[in-house]
Amino acid sequence: MTPENVQITVNGQRHTVAAAPATPLLYVLRNELELNSPRFGCGLGRCGACLVLIDGQAAWSCLVPVGEIGDAAVTTLEGLGTPEAPHSLQDAFIAEQAAQCGYCTPGMIMRAAALLAATPHPDEETIRTALAGNLCRCGVQQRIVRAVRRAAEAQP
Amino acid sequence: MSTYQTGRLTSQELAAEPFGQRDLAPERIDTWLAIAPDGRVTVFSGRVELGTGVATALAQIAAAALGVPLDAVTVVMGDTALTANQGYTAGSKTVQGTGPILHSAASAARAILVERASARLDSPADQLTVTDGAVHAARDPSRSVSYGELAGEGFGATFEVAPEAEEPGAGVSAPRLDLPGKIFGGVSFVHDLRLPVMLHGRVIRPWVRTPTGAGARLIAFDASSVDDLSGNIQIVQEGDFLGVVADREEQAIVAAARLRVAWSEPEDLPAQAELFDWLEGLPVSEHRVLVEAGGVEDALANASRTVSVTYRFPFQAHASLGPSCAVADVQPDSTTVYSATQGVYPLRDALADLLGRDPATIRVIHMEGAACYGHNGADDVAADAALLSRAVGKPVRVQWSRQDEFAWEPKFPAMSITVRAGLDKAGKLAAWDYTVRTPTHGSRPSGRAANLFAGQLIAPGTPLVTPWRGGGDRNAVPIYDLPAHRIAADWVPMGPLRSSSFRSLGGFANSTATECVMDELAALAGVDPVAFRLQHLSDPRARAVVETVARRAGWDAPLASTLGAQRGRGIAFMRYESEFAYAAAVAEVTVTPVAGAIRLDRIVIAQDCGRVVNPDGLRNQIEGNIIQAASRALLEQVAWDDHHVTSLTWADYPILTFTEAPDIEIELIDRPEEPAFGAGEVTTCVAGAAIGNAIANATGIRLRTMPFALAPGANAPS
Repeated sequence: MTPENVQITVNGQRHTVAAAPATPLLYVLRNELELNSPRFGCGLGRCGACLVLIDGQAAWSCLVPVGEIGDAAVTTLEGLGTPEAPHSLQDAFIAEQAAQCGYCTPGMIMRAAALLAATPHPDEETIRTALAGNLCRCGVQQRIVRAVRRAAEAQP
Repeated sequence: MSTYQTGRLTSQELAAEPFGQRDLAPERIDTWLAIAPDGRVTVFSGRVELGTGVATALAQIAAAALGVPLDAVTVVMGDTALTANQGYTAGSKTVQGTGPILHSAASAARAILVERASARLDSPADQLTVTDGAVHAARDPSRSVSYGELAGEGFGATFEVAPEAEEPGAGVSAPRLDLPGKIFGGVSFVHDLRLPVMLHGRVIRPWVRTPTGAGARLIAFDASSVDDLSGNIQIVQEGDFLGVVADREEQAIVAAARLRVAWSEPEDLPAQAELFDWLEGLPVSEHRVLVEAGGVEDALANASRTVSVTYRFPFQAHASLGPSCAVADVQPDSTTVYSATQGVYPLRDALADLLGRDPATIRVIHMEGAACYGHNGADDVAADAALLSRAVGKPVRVQWSRQDEFAWEPKFPAMSITVRAGLDKAGKLAAWDYTVRTPTHGSRPSGRAANLFAGQLIAPGTPLVTPWRGGGDRNAVPIYDLPAHRIAADWVPMGPLRSSSFRSLGGFANSTATECVMDELAALAGVDPVAFRLQHLSDPRARAVVETVARRAGWDAPLASTLGAQRGRGIAFMRYESEFAYAAAVAEVTVTPVAGAIRLDRIVIAQDCGRVVNPDGLRNQIEGNIIQAASRALLEQVAWDDHHVTSLTWADYPILTFTEAPDIEIELIDRPEEPAFGAGEVTTCVAGAAIGNAIANATGIRLRTMPFALAPGANAPS
């Protein structure tokens, strides 16, 4: 795991980071780029806490080696919106108070962002199915579904 | 487009700000709040945020009592240098316990500020009014002086806590102060802490370590097995505690996996298939009758109909979504530990014992973790980080793996509850003989190294200190009008897996057993389960939640049928710890024929927690407790083989997902004139029982062992 220079594009910016190419993207995002939102949950792609978008597709950053990202565009929650210019999902999660501890929240929002990009007006069944791979131990599922519906309604 | 102020609730950020040497005597106003020259209010709470939104509720209480806007309040939580010692944050008691303290301190502070304004404005205090953090003449708002100008060096006065806040609290839903930070990627959790110099550590565990010290011992490790790895790998060993430290996180993970270690062959664990035989065969270390009246044996002998049943509950995991994490910086003269612990002072004292240091040289600062719902790995990982940091002389961050968390976090212990009950000729309760068999639900740090997992590894065989036996008997005494009764607890030694506190402790099991037996008795009496409960409830607030939930759930109307499936509904009621919040639940389930798959369709809850501080926050807590309790009731049990926990991933320990979460309806009965009761755990306690009763109603099959599951074919027509 000797660090090399690896180039990745995250939230629209090209970075050269020091990391062994086999390093899971998650550790590079958190420790090199100091992004807080991708979170370690299981390291096995079974909880969704680490979800980011890679070229618009939801991907488990705990499983993707940083050396395989190449020219693909990585988007984290920080790149989705900001307090000054929030994404409709961020607005909706606050409006619905759709969190308790909030550890799973970034992954939920990223999964929902991928869904809404592909299917702007999903029905409830589609939302639940899309989110089924994201776990929330606090039991906020119903609020999260409401928040995704609210964000979908805010879309053109 | 809206904009948000991201929250600033971490103690770590505030630790950088000067509050001088704080005197933390609990009777001083200054211990609990400070007002800066710019008017910003800082509240100092020894109780911490565990992901339930209590920081916001406490800010609301202080803001209302002081007369300042909510956004002027910052809450500092859990820091041995800044906040008073309030023990552990547990039992859904933060609003109930700390709310009156803050309300009283803030009310006393407000009175002092108004007195000072009276002198400044040359106006009698009774002719002054407070608006948005400023005191002004009631008749002439232009004659005004701000709190910031009046606060000066603080209050320098003491106050007394009014046990029940006289003024109603805010009672208005307030958005969570911490959410914007979490939704825009702010530093929110201890996991996000990055010190300028910080190494990464991981710990390598033996297969098994029972709380009695039996288990694998470290024989040897082969340092050369990690020689070729980059990252300045350092190996740390103390007794059976073995860890690695590296420059980077991924390097530490690889080194921990690669290090060749020889452990001794441990004794076998009790076979999981025989868990309850084992539990029920354990010697009782203490038998205690909690309440007894009326000659229960005679009443049973004379009863016209009786039930005699045993309800059983498996080991369950807190299963926090984010594995435990901590950062420690242990230097020769001072130690700083950042932890998601539920008690910064008890952890500080346990670390002092572990490190052989004076507690006064250790500062423990709470930062949030993923919600823990009780005593999970948060304290243990702090000890891991402290030992590694002491060995390498630099700050070390340790995050457990998913597998570490499932294997080593303290568990909800297996429990077994036996009930013998009888009805009289009229179909009313005549006898109730109840015994809960339980190990301890309390093995928190308690100031002792042995209660930290690393402490057990360093000094194998040191008994855990479990000073507090309670918990296993929580909710064992229902508030029904019981005739002849005896309610007892049999405490047994800790089992194969370390056990400690998990949401409502034994309350979840005791309420489930009690409420399922109430349904069994109602069926025996041929009485509707709602009516049967009301026959035995005289407390009007208890009756109100039962009647409310029945009405809201449409109890008297038949359930809509689903072609080919069995549908049913069940009710449960309880008053938390016999003296706090009231809740009643109605669950509706659908069971597929033959295959016996159980789907929880809907849960309706009616809850009375006295005065409601933050209605939306309360609803969120109730919803979460319903879903988690449903998950525990239907899906969850920790599994193990001869030597090791085997439910190590979400594949082996499934929890309820989006496609399984029930519809939820909540009726809050707000009682502004009553004290606020803790709100979360009472819901957990009724949800499990309502589900069990609904399954029995749907299928005619009474399940008495959690998780509630039907064997395939069990509900097929004969």
